Amino acid sequence: MVFSYYPGCTLKSKATELDRYARLSASALGFELEEIENWQCCGGVYPMAKDEIATKLSSIRALNDAKMHGQDLLTLCSACHNVIKQVNNDMQTNEDIRTRANNYLQLDEPYLGETKVVHYLEVLRDTIGFEELKKKVVNPLKGKKIAAYYGCLLLRPGSVLKMDDPENPKIMEDLIKALGATPVVYPMRNECCGGYLSLDDKEAVAKRREKVVQSAAEFGCDCMITACPLCMYNLKKNEDQIPVYYFTELLAEALGVKE
Amino acid sequence: MHRIGVFVCHCGTNIAATVDVKAVAEEMGRQPNVVFAADYPYMCSEAGQNLVQDTIREQRLTGVVVCSCSPRMHEATFRKAAAKAGLNPYMVEIANIREQCSWIHKDKVSGTEKAMILARAAVAKVQLNAPLTPGTSPVTKRALVIGGGIAGIQTALDIADAGFDVDIVEKQPTIGGKMTQIDKTFPTLDCASCILTPKMVDCAQNEKIHIYAFSEVESVSGFVGNFSVKIRKKARFVDASKCTGCGECVEKCPMKKVPNEFNMGLDNRKAIYIPFAQAVPKVATIDPNYCLMLKNGKCGMCSKVCGANAIDYKQQDEIIEEKYGAIVAATGYNPINIDKFDEFAYHQSPDVITSLELERLMNAAGPSNGTLVRPSYLNKQDDHNAHPKKIVFVQCVGSRSTCSEKGAKEYCSKICCMYTAKHAMLIRDKYPDTEVYVFYIDVRTPGKLFDEFYRRAVEQYGVHYIKGMVGKVAPKADGTLDVQASDLISNEQLHINADLVVLATSIEPDKTARSLATMLTASMDTNDFFTEAHPKLRPVESPTAGVFLSGVCQGPKDIPETVTQAGAAAAKVIGLLAKDKLVGNPCIAHSDELMCNGCSSCEKVCPYGAISYEDKEFRQPDRTVAIRRVASVNPAVCQGCGACTVACPSGAMDLYGFSNNQIMAEVDAICR
Repeated sequence: MVFSYYPGCTLKSKATELDRYARLSASALGFELEEIENWQCCGGVYPMAKDEIATKLSSIRALNDAKMHGQDLLTLCSACHNVIKQVNNDMQTNEDIRTRANNYLQLDEPYLGETKVVHYLEVLRDTIGFEELKKKVVNPLKGKKIAAYYGCLLLRPGSVLKMDDPENPKIMEDLIKALGATPVVYPMRNECCGGYLSLDDKEAVAKRREKVVQSAAEFGCDCMITACPLCMYNLKKNEDQIPVYYFTELLAEALGVKE
Repeated sequence: MHRIGVFVCHCGTNIAATVDVKAVAEEMGRQPNVVFAADYPYMCSEAGQNLVQDTIREQRLTGVVVCSCSPRMHEATFRKAAAKAGLNPYMVEIANIREQCSWIHKDKVSGTEKAMILARAAVAKVQLNAPLTPGTSPVTKRALVIGGGIAGIQTALDIADAGFDVDIVEKQPTIGGKMTQIDKTFPTLDCASCILTPKMVDCAQNEKIHIYAFSEVESVSGFVGNFSVKIRKKARFVDASKCTGCGECVEKCPMKKVPNEFNMGLDNRKAIYIPFAQAVPKVATIDPNYCLMLKNGKCGMCSKVCGANAIDYKQQDEIIEEKYGAIVAATGYNPINIDKFDEFAYHQSPDVITSLELERLMNAAGPSNGTLVRPSYLNKQDDHNAHPKKIVFVQCVGSRSTCSEKGAKEYCSKICCMYTAKHAMLIRDKYPDTEVYVFYIDVRTPGKLFDEFYRRAVEQYGVHYIKGMVGKVAPKADGTLDVQASDLISNEQLHINADLVVLATSIEPDKTARSLATMLTASMDTNDFFTEAHPKLRPVESPTAGVFLSGVCQGPKDIPETVTQAGAAAAKVIGLLAKDKLVGNPCIAHSDELMCNGCSSCEKVCPYGAISYEDKEFRQPDRTVAIRRVASVNPAVCQGCGACTVACPSGAMDLYGFSNNQIMAEVDAICR
């Protein structure tokens, strides 16, 4: 199984572990990540302006590249996943954006939203299957109490991302179970970490961070996992000193491929 | 050759102020075949009608055009007048020069011109009118009520009271519906079962009423006055004629872990059960999904202890066929599924409940015997934390929302504001140490003594009403619930540490209503509520003749409104059943068999199921006989909507009174 892979900028700088462990785990699980050539930044934030196309073009180029290879487009960073999946939805459903983007791009054949965008977690759940994954675990993370942190971008808007119930998700909890650890369910797991506010209002982010981490700590977790580099950045230095990992790191550890 | 009379009404100044009625009359006098034209201040008055009748006789009129108000208003009046003067009533045409002309125009010149055009069209049409005679059909003097909740019960009682036989089909083992689960009723706070159960008993004892409990309608055929209905009596595995309802079997049944739907799953029942003490009929039912005997043939305890020998593990569903003159849909409602509203943590904490669950928690026959406890403490009610100290009510959960992908409804469920006020008030009355918060978008309390009731909750009982919605309910490690909300009036974000959250969930029509509507060919709106024949003037009738609507299946309503509508539906049924023969509307569709090619286009668009097909023999030009499939219209069912005449590709379908020729003549006259 080969996927077109869109790592995104952060995975090449701040979040290299998210990327590295994902690749190691993928080969252990028997699927291949083929990085798209010359991919460009997804823009980081899905533009809410209805008439905006310029900031969507880089996503469309990546989507079209995957289409040309006849592969699904796999993402890892929550922000990239959110932007690319929402742009793809626009290309499928919004006639105006579809026409104008294609007019601008002048591709050999217009891109009409044909590519399927999948998140790494979805591949684990839907392609590999958590039962299969469980069989491939060589170092079960026994006794570990892990709190999954989803943040906002991975699940919302629910009607477009369609990964899981945005108000009561379970995909990462199921992953934690498959890795042999105990999931810790806590109510703030789908609340915002403060996002880009860390650029100009560090106090607001600190408030959000402590709310989220305290809630996870209250329910007795040893560590937290996330799929999002920005969440990681905002959460990792917390007062409760709860370690935060990328989910791929624990995955690699359980699969015995962590270097 | 036609002799047509045109009568132009002033309607006081309603028409005459904007239309030069004299000019209209003069102009009409010049139209072909018009032998008489006059204006008159009030044509619908007795003197006006006499003018029409006298003129018909004196001028030997063969057609009449009245230029007046909408035909909905006085078409029947003038048809009757014409009939009295010996003219076929369907030779009268109305030109609507009031609602469609004088009322909407200001300028007299253009108003007059338009009135002339409308009158000219009517004159053109009446030339092509043919005398019509309505057909008649007999009436089966028995009514069927589908649904045995308070709506169905009231309708059945009222019909039976007038002396007609009536059957109730109820899919649950007992009649009574949702009202049996409700503790108290607003705004009087009287006990719901105290006022409902006597009515249930009345139904059971009334010899004109037959109850088919645990039964469902399987199919419906026929038409107004002559419905034929198949009813499936589902297997109870208990012989209802032998069972005495003693409850011995329930007592001894070893299968104790069946979620009790009557108590909204808050406690368990046995595999053989009587839903509640006042059930009607009071007959036990075996739940085949849980019965050990039915599942793996081991047990048979109920059969051993039954003194009446009523247990029958081999019982099968039974189909009964019955004839009815009228059918009443009273299929009621259910709270919506709130799986996709988990920002309120319904699936994450047992202490987040729906309002109907709260009804059971507060009811003396409920899982906590009427003591208000947090569901997480149902098995340890003596614990000092069992009693909730802070309760948050969330209104409009799934109502008044466009979030259709979550299953939310755009409409207002109408009953929630009042029952939430009731809950809040009852709790504050019984447990004054409890703090109660209600989050609302608007508080809607139209109804007799309703606003007073709500004010009492706020002013007398100190319930905290906060305008704003709850964004999230977060279950905390200590079991309490962090309710995050916004207060829109003080513009603040709130956190309330509650120990019970009650969700006022939207209500939706029962799922069976959709399939029933198909069987009845009764129309529904996009929310699956039955549509009424006219939203204001015929609110309890379906557009399908002989089908009537009672209760929430037509739209959200509370108990007093439901009972009112139930009585109104019964009155309409009684009016129908009191007739020996039904006079039809002769303006119905008919098919020209020579032109019909049997394509089924008309059948597909007919909203009433009036069109069927038959194979007929036709003599061919070469004298051979061929069999062709042709459409045939059932005159008792057709309502004359005309959909088929438009759909018919070969022009075979036509409507008496509104034929394609007539409509073309009108268009020609308008364009002339």
